[in-house]
Amino acid sequence: MASLSPTTAEAIRNCGAVPSSDYLLEVEGVRKAFPGVLALDDVSFRLKRGHVHALMGENGAGKSTLMKIIAGVYTPDTGSFRMKGQEIRLTSPLDALQYGIAMIHQELNLMSFMTVAENIWIRREPLNALGFVRHEEMRRRTQELFSRLDIPLDPEAEVRDLSVANRQMVEIAKAVSYDSDILIMDEPTSALTEREVEHLFRIIRTLKEQGKGIIYITHKMNELFEIADEVSVFRDGRFIAEHPASAVTRDEIIRLMVGREITQMFPKEIVPIGDVILSVRGLALEGRFRDVSFDLRKGEILGFAGLVGSGRSNVAETLFGVTPATAGQILIEGKQFNMKNPGVAMDAGMGFLTEDRKDTGCFLVLDIVSNMQVALLRRGHASAGFVHEREIEQLCQQQKQRLRVRTPDLEEPIINLSGGNQQKVLIARWLMTKPRILILDEPTRGIDVGAKAEIHKLITELASQGVAILMISSELPEVLGMSDRVLVMHEGRMTGILDRKDANQVSIMELASR
Amino acid sequence: MAPNASATSPTSDAPRAGRRRLPAELSILGVMIGMMILFEILGWIFVGQSFIANPLRLKIMILQEAEIGIIAVGVTQIIIMGGIDLSSGSVVGMTAMIAASLAQVAGYSHAIYPSLTGLNPIFPVAAGLLCGLVAGLINGSLIAFTKIPPFIATLGMMVSARGVADWYTNGQPIGNLDDPFAAIGSGWWPVIIFLGVAFIFHIALRFTRYGKFTYAIGANLLAARVSGINVERHMVLVYSIAGLLSGLSGVVHTARAISGQAGVGAGFELDAIAASVIGGSSLSGGVGRITGTVIGAVILGILTSGFTFLNVDAHYQEIIKGGVIIAAVVADQYRQRRRKSV
Repeated sequence: MASLSPTTAEAIRNCGAVPSSDYLLEVEGVRKAFPGVLALDDVSFRLKRGHVHALMGENGAGKSTLMKIIAGVYTPDTGSFRMKGQEIRLTSPLDALQYGIAMIHQELNLMSFMTVAENIWIRREPLNALGFVRHEEMRRRTQELFSRLDIPLDPEAEVRDLSVANRQMVEIAKAVSYDSDILIMDEPTSALTEREVEHLFRIIRTLKEQGKGIIYITHKMNELFEIADEVSVFRDGRFIAEHPASAVTRDEIIRLMVGREITQMFPKEIVPIGDVILSVRGLALEGRFRDVSFDLRKGEILGFAGLVGSGRSNVAETLFGVTPATAGQILIEGKQFNMKNPGVAMDAGMGFLTEDRKDTGCFLVLDIVSNMQVALLRRGHASAGFVHEREIEQLCQQQKQRLRVRTPDLEEPIINLSGGNQQKVLIARWLMTKPRILILDEPTRGIDVGAKAEIHKLITELASQGVAILMISSELPEVLGMSDRVLVMHEGRMTGILDRKDANQVSIMELASR
Repeated sequence: MAPNASATSPTSDAPRAGRRRLPAELSILGVMIGMMILFEILGWIFVGQSFIANPLRLKIMILQEAEIGIIAVGVTQIIIMGGIDLSSGSVVGMTAMIAASLAQVAGYSHAIYPSLTGLNPIFPVAAGLLCGLVAGLINGSLIAFTKIPPFIATLGMMVSARGVADWYTNGQPIGNLDDPFAAIGSGWWPVIIFLGVAFIFHIALRFTRYGKFTYAIGANLLAARVSGINVERHMVLVYSIAGLLSGLSGVVHTARAISGQAGVGAGFELDAIAASVIGGSSLSGGVGRITGTVIGAVILGILTSGFTFLNVDAHYQEIIKGGVIIAAVVADQYRQRRRKSV
């Protein structure tokens, strides 16, 4: 079937001569590879008119990638698309919009210094004969749109003055204003309160009645059963199953989501666990997480599981003094510390490998030595301010050999190393300070399998030397393979701590989506 | 959740071995020598004499850049730390007035402070340095603690410090300065001071904790904070040092001119930034060296005296100087992009 140009499709749509089809959208055989990762592998997906179709899957299962392809953000390597029975091809988000596919992104895309009306009608402002914007008309149209959706907002308000929930409403109104048939919502409730969620669901039901199709990505089981008609489950870039929402149970979905075999690639050794070294009591950071309490022992690996945004990284940052706690206590060997900056945490014997190598880890323009030595310089290794270069160079060499950092010399800028080698340099930075407690936030994210295994081996080795390790990871197999105990978080709360013998994919996912 | 979330595009696991990196200053040194040769040739063609073989011209050339150079040593450190300083020229003006007012000859009846004439030169020098230090301290504290962008903070200081300079004597110049004070600006002293300051901070940046922290903050402020560096304190320190050096430049200038003038130093801040950038400092932070800045300052000097030597109109000089600064940054960006794509 010949593919239509966006304008032709729009013309067809406008004159009402739409080929009848049960499905608004049919996607078949979509494949998408990114450097080093096969994000989607032969995925198919269908959306019915007037239905809400939920997508579920773990972090990295490929849901967001598929949605970005449907919204024209990414171009797939292979795959065919039919919209109302007509073959279409999408090459840009604008294309998708013209076909009637609108996406509400996880990260909101509004211009904060412009008004609500200006944001909604951007690029489509009603103009007068001289090319000036007709503000009154724009306001009127916005008002009309809002009353249709029951959104109580002032079109003239500036977006920066709106709450996150209201911005979300503006995004939805904007999507609807394109007369889209398909709306894609990527975790729309992640920043909303319960009342706001109800309002959103009312809007979604209105849209359903108008015959729109809605693709709804979520991690929350209860939302799924409340709003969705169908649910598709994805895992590791593959489509796993589609069911009517009324015909599946929560447990079935969890099983479908995690159903992979755990490979025995983790060199976990059971080492003698020592005394409690870190005690956390009622720790909270306002607006992020609250009431987190746990003990960490020498030689123990405590895994932190939970979905992205559940507050795991915030807990780590607060423990290390990057964002000081608003309540609670942190005790190290029984002594209370006020972690008001990372310096205090370091002096107390902590190290912190951050989640984002590029943003908070590497000094990209500097060489390997500069990247490794920086935490060490805080105390010692200098006289009268002059750094003991030779001594530090030697320590760096040792680390380079121990971690097998692949580089010809230590003066190489770190930007020239692969992700795995960069990560090793950052780990070396903390090992050089000889920490007693090491926090590792996503220690193996985005690095190749070989380096991953080496880092896992190193973590085990450190534990056997008595270092207490707190490891955050979004990869359940990693958490299960490495941890002595697993602490699970959900929406800023600790939902449980599981012993190694009780921890499995299902028990963790249950706590993580509670 | 995009699967390509790795920090950087991974490059080969075993980068090519055995290729020694040449110091970045080498290319800029080449540009400097090339320019001297160019002026030498143009000199013989158009003026019929040598550009280089004229000690007096070289001396003037170096002297006029020494004051910019002293400032540029401080500004370079700020730029390496990822900041910017627009206030240095105005701080020179402010210091010039304050130092001059305390350096007038003994018994001069129209002195600003008739009871404070004929003082030991220590006093005007100390007052000038202190004045610069305070300006830098204010800059640094504003940037570190109120989190306003360095551009805005130092723009405010630029306007205010110039205001202080004008207000001090209602714009009247301060003359009749004492000989011992003027001696600081005579002969080769400005150049010696410039090179001394450059040497000290070259060493500090390369070999001390202070220097390593400066580079780290400029390369990645968040990572520096997580690595335990007290970022706020260090910012205040670096801006204070830059202020102190602007003050020093103001003192040297006043001593050399043997008079204090409120308008002095206008545009110095831009020349200092230009010297730094021509010398290879990156305005995005983490990159730069004092040696490069010294060469950058000399290049600016060569441009000015070369064009004067060729009788090029002063307006054309400015136009061409602007072009050179842009060319230096474009070349630098090109170099960085190439490095990243290796």
